[in-house]
This record gives sequence, C-alpha cells and structure tokens, in this order.
Amino acid sequence: MDRSPAANPPYRLPPPLFNARCRACWFSAALALLVVASFWSLNLQWAQFLSLDAARSMGRFGAEFFPPDTSPEFLRKVAVGTWETLAMSALGTVLAAAGGLLLALPASRLHADDSAPGRGATRLLLNALRAIPELVWAGLLLIAAGLGPFSGTLALALHTTGVLGRLFAEALENAPPGPAAALRAQGVRKTAVFLYATLPQVLPQLLSYTLYRWENNIRAAAVLGVVGAGGLGQLLSFHMGLFHMGKTATVLGAMLLLVAAVDALSYGARRWMTR
Amino acid sequence: MKLELDGVAARHPAARPDAAPALQPLRLQVAEGEHVAVIGPSGAGKTTLLMVLACAMPPAAGTLQVGGQNPWVMPRRALQRLRGRLFLAPQTPPLPPRQRVVTAVLAGRLPSIGLWASLRSLFYPSDIPAAHAALEAFDLADKLFERVDRLSGGERQRVGLARALLAPAALWLVDEPLSALDPTRSRQAMQTLVQQAQARGVTLVATLHQVDMALAHFPRIVALRDGRLAFDLPAAEVTRDQLERLYAQHEHELLGAPAPADHAAPAAPAPAPVVMHCR
Amino acid sequence: MELAPRAPLKAPVTAPDRDPAWLARVFWLGASLVLLWPLMVATEFRPWILVEPANLKVTGQFLATFLPPAHSPEFLAMVARESWRTVAIATAGMTLALVIALPLTLLSTRALSVSALSGRMARGPFWLRQAVRGLLIVLRSVPELVWALVFVRVVGLGPTSGVLAIALTYGGMLGKVYGEILESGDVHATQTLLRNGSSRLQAFFFGLLPQNAAELTSYTVYRWECAIRSSVVLGFVGAGGLGQEMDNSMKMFHGGEVFTMLAVFVALVALADRVSAGLRKSLG
Repeated sequence: MDRSPAANPPYRLPPPLFNARCRACWFSAALALLVVASFWSLNLQWAQFLSLDAARSMGRFGAEFFPPDTSPEFLRKVAVGTWETLAMSALGTVLAAAGGLLLALPASRLHADDSAPGRGATRLLLNALRAIPELVWAGLLLIAAGLGPFSGTLALALHTTGVLGRLFAEALENAPPGPAAALRAQGVRKTAVFLYATLPQVLPQLLSYTLYRWENNIRAAAVLGVVGAGGLGQLLSFHMGLFHMGKTATVLGAMLLLVAAVDALSYGARRWMTR
Repeated sequence: MKLELDGVAARHPAARPDAAPALQPLRLQVAEGEHVAVIGPSGAGKTTLLMVLACAMPPAAGTLQVGGQNPWVMPRRALQRLRGRLFLAPQTPPLPPRQRVVTAVLAGRLPSIGLWASLRSLFYPSDIPAAHAALEAFDLADKLFERVDRLSGGERQRVGLARALLAPAALWLVDEPLSALDPTRSRQAMQTLVQQAQARGVTLVATLHQVDMALAHFPRIVALRDGRLAFDLPAAEVTRDQLERLYAQHEHELLGAPAPADHAAPAAPAPAPVVMHCR
Repeated sequence: MELAPRAPLKAPVTAPDRDPAWLARVFWLGASLVLLWPLMVATEFRPWILVEPANLKVTGQFLATFLPPAHSPEFLAMVARESWRTVAIATAGMTLALVIALPLTLLSTRALSVSALSGRMARGPFWLRQAVRGLLIVLRSVPELVWALVFVRVVGLGPTSGVLAIALTYGGMLGKVYGEILESGDVHATQTLLRNGSSRLQAFFFGLLPQNAAELTSYTVYRWECAIRSSVVLGFVGAGGLGQEMDNSMKMFHGGEVFTMLAVFVALVALADRVSAGLRKSLG
C-alpha cells in the first residue's frame, strides 16, 4: 500500500462545543443555568409588563410626570430638601474621613517591624461597617436617632468609614517608606513619624478617595430619605405615595441636578489638587 | 560619640534571613569626634555598615558599642534616646515630596522636641531662623519655603544634609552625600559638612564613591571589599596601588563613574490598584 | 555627653521671620469651620440625642432582641429562599442590563466609527454618539431606588420592579465602562477590518470583542456582585428578596431576625466577592 502522504490531507473537525475537560465550558454552562434558573424562579410578570395594556398605562403614568410642579412654595421646599441632602452627604463624608483615618492607623502595618496589634480586629470592624449598605444602617439608626436627616448622616458616616478606612489603610501601607525610615532611625516617636513622614505623602490620595466617595454619597443621601432620613428622598416618597406625579418630577429633576453638580465639583477639586 | 565594632557581621537590610552576610566579621574602632571615610566598590557592604552603626538593624554576629553602650541589650526607651543622639542621612534624600523644605529640615530636630511642640511646628514652623541658617550653610537659603518636589536632585540631597545641622546628634552617618552633586557643589557640600562636624565635635562617618574627595577631606580612610576590611589607614598613607587593588574589576568606579543607584534599596512598591467598591 | 558650641556661620543673610503660607492656612481652616456649622444645622446634627434616656431605652430594648439570633428551621428556610431570590433578582437584572448596554455601547463607541477612519468624525455620527452617551449618563445618574419606586407603582410590588431597576441603572453603568474599555484597547485590528470593508458588527465580533473579552467579562462579574448588594437595598421599597424581609423585621422590632438576616447578607456578599475574585483571576 502506498504510504506517501495524501496530496490533500483530510480536514480536521472543529473541536466539540462542549468538552468535559474544558473548565470554561463548565463555567459557561453554570452561568447559563444560573440565568435560566433566575428568570424561571422569579416568575416575572412579563405579560403584565409587555402587553399593550401595560404600555398604555405606563404611557399614561409617564404623562402624569409632565408638567412638573414649579410653583414657588414647592420649589422652596425642594430647595430646602436639596440643601438638606447636600449637607447630609457632605457632613457624612467628612465624619467618615476622620473616622476612617483614625481606624486606618491600627488597621495598617506601617513598616516591616511594625507589630500592628489589633490589625486583624480593626480590619474585621471596617469590613463589617462596609458590608452593611447605607440604607440598612439608616433603618437601624432610625430607631436610635429618630426620623430626620441625623440618622441619614450617621448611616452614611458609618458605612463610608468602613469603605474609607480600608482604602486609607491600603494607601498608608503602600506609602514610600524612605522618609519614615529615616525619622525612625533618629528615634523619633511613632506619632511624629506618622505626621511628618507618612501623612504628607499620602494626604493627596486620601483627599482624592474622600472626594470620590462624596460622589457616591450624594446619590445615597438622595435616596436615604425614602426610609425617613430626610432630604429629597423623603419628599420623593411622600409625594409619590400621594400620587403627586408633577411634584415627584420636580424632585427627580432636583436630584439629577444635585448629583451632576456634586460630580462636577468633586472632579474639579480632584483636578485642582493634582495640579 | 565613640564606636566599637568587634567581630560584627551583618546582612543587608533587604536580604532574606538566610542569605549570606553582606558584612563579614569586622573589627573597627572610631574615637569621639573622629572623621572617617568608608570607601570601596559597590556591593562591598558600605551601606550595611552604616545601618549597623545607626542601630537600624541588629548585627548577625559580634558586639557593637555605640557611645560605650551596646544598643541591642538596652531597654527600648534607652535605645530610642540613643537613636536621638545619632543622625543617619540615607543616599536617597528621605523627604516627602509635597512637604516644604522648612518643615523637612526642621524634622531633624524631632528627637529633642515634645509631641505638642512637633504638632505646633507642623502648622507654623517653630524655628525659621535655624532652618534658614542650616540651608544657608549649603547655599539653599532661597528655597526655604519651596516644596521638596520642586527642587532638583542635587538640591534635595543638600536639604537632606542640612537636616544634620539641626539634629541633636553627636554622630553623623552619611551615605553617599555627593552622588547627585556636580564637582563644585560636591566640594562646597563636603567642606561645609566637615567644618560643621569639626565645630560641633561630632563623629562623622561617611561612605563615599569619590575617592579623591575622601582623600582630600578625611583624615582616616576605611576600605571595604566584599564585606571585609581591606585596609584602615590615615589618608596620607593610602597608596595608588592599594586603591587599584581595592577597586580591581571595578575600575570604572575608581575612575569616577557616577555611583550606581543603591540597587538594593527596595523600590517603593507601586501602589496596588484599589478597587472602589460598587461605584 | 555635651555637644560643642555651634561654630558661627558665614556672613548671615537675614532670615525671613514669617511663614508666607500662614495666612492662607488660617483662612482655609477658618473657612472650613465656618462651612461646617450650617452643615450641622441642616442635618439636625445633635449627637446627644443618641444618649437621651428615652432613646437609650428604646435602643437598648431593640439591641436586646438581637440575641439570640432567630434560628428556627422555618425562619432559616425562609431566609435561604429569600437569599436565592435576591441572587436571582441580581442575575436577571444583570442579564437585562447586558441586553440594554451592548447595543448602546456599540452605538457610542468611537472605535467603530467609519467616518473617523479618514480624519475627523462626521457631524451626524458624532452627535448620535454624544446623544447615546447622554442617555447612558441619565440611566446611570438616577439612583436605582428611584427607578424601583416608580416601577413598584407601575407593575406592583414584587421582584419585577427590582429587576427592571437594576437593568436600567446597571445598563447605564455597564454601557459607560464597556465604552471606556473598548476605546482604551488597541483598535488597530478593528480599524483594519473596517478599512477593508467589513460591517461594524463584523468588526466588533472579529476585532474588538476577542481583544477585550477578558476585561469586559471581568468587569461584568464585578458588577454582578454589586448588583446583589443593590437588590437587597431595593427590597426595602418592595422589590422582594432579603431586603424586604429585613425591612419587615426591623419595623416589627424583631432584632433576632434582623441579626440573622444581616449575618446571612454579609456572608452572601463575602461569598459573591470570593467567587467574583476567583473568576476574575482565572480570566487573567
């Protein structure tokens, strides 16, 4: 039999779509299963949502938003709510920056010979503060502090302390070690080493994180009022509950403007700092 | 402050614990107020020696005596006080980039002022005339209120040296003080350093790559090679032959090539990208 | 050990006697303090309320109900069911968000611009892309809670409003970041395909997508984890899941149930974080 290679070697078949040995196949299969199971178990009201009836009622609902209520007394109330929301987010972020810095000190290992006692415990505390969303904190704090923006501020402060504390601790650990090592070689006490060598190096980064977090907090502050923590959220849920759609539209507009303004302010401040 | 090393061996500060020692058992004595230059090719263990003298790391073997006391058997508080009486100037100026020169220089005084005074000095520099005088000695007085990152490399190095003039120290340990300076500035800085040390009766130990500077300004030369003491002679007795043997296979360093950056100093770790949670 | 007296320095240049930055520092410090006061007034910041006897009593009573945490079998079964529902809402929401985001990304990315192949982008396509970006910004800026409130009015209580709210908000977020990822990658292969006449979709599937698939998937997985936290928050306005049960328990002062649910939530988020990190690592 002639064993010379064929002039046209046979084509190789493409690999099978699902190969039991390929991890990515299993992963894709699991993903598809998860998605299908989610939709199936939720029993979503597609018919109700996608029918013509629903479209018409949604259209009517949407039309109720216009015209938005722009009467002077209501605008004044919205302005007060906007100021309250802005103050909540700003004060909450400032308190969180202070708390985060205080907690970041025990939570970070500042140099190779730093025994850092309490690092594990503080990190656990920061993770716990971070894990619980602001809204849940607000719900819990309403019991201790009553209705109104005070609980909202505290809720934002607690959650953001966890976030900023962790970010600050990592920034402190990644700071260039040279200046601090030189001062430690001179026998300077720990606090002075931190203030003269470590903090000046990381301060711009800490401020940048804080400003970035303010952008998130203004959104959170706007909605905390829905559980009763004051500000625009409280106005929103109040008027939506009474089906005052025109007023709701005004509040929504104010929220969007506020968020855009804070985003711009924060971005501008961060640009100014790194000039 | 007198120094005594007896059979002191030490590993490089950044080396692993099981690595071979960078400094082999060494015997050295420095009298009070003496000026010593430490020379040798790169990798000879000069920086390690300085770290040992600065009580920054315990020796792997042998005994060290600083000012007549063994720092590693002292209680911690006494060790801190001892550290306050010495001054270490690393090769890379240890200055936070966005700090102002006045604060960076006054930081040299921190061992001798209390916590409250150091806090106050952060907001308003406590002794501007002293900082000005120290900078003036290195010809930098006009940069008093500048930010450190706006200075050139050579200026930063001189600020690092100016710190020594404010430190309450009786021992100055200076690592490569001239690495970023041009020849004129090198001469000026070296003269200032030596004059000030002389006037205050401070013991000065400097590692130098510029052998001609060492021979010109220091009465005693200690030479290291591969972690061992090659020779320890008065400057007048150092011969060309000895220098050539010292720098064998590293001739370019003897001929004045710029000192290589301290490659063993751990590079500042790149800040890890931190994930901002959910926004 | 005494130091020798300092040697006199060279002819002294007069030292400045004032710190030039002092006035600016005082000004900024004063301004921030002045700004702090109205903020505290506006937020009714009165920390002493927390330790008022009446409030302390209520807080103490509530905290006392936290232990022992609720652990009856039916309760735990309910918590497990609601946790699954939370994950399902997040997954369904993310799937719909992908459906929204992908077309919008394709419409808004500069890498697929045919007119930009030969110089500046033409006017029409440019403004179309800006409009799509504007739409993505609006979708992103409205907090998902607000969307959920609106949808609860339209479709009633239940997971549908949560799924839709997540779909819209996260669609906006995904659209924006996908656009950034696509544009920051290497567009050479894609542009070559476009130059040789392939359609935009072809260029996407054969050029952009293979190049950036790992980063896109990685970000999507990360967002999925955030969606789980969002869906718990949405439960507070009636979108079902763990959040709704937590809201009910809190309103009824059943601290033990709240405690268990909080613990389960934290564990769920940690698990999702682990899974997400593992997936992202194996994606490279």
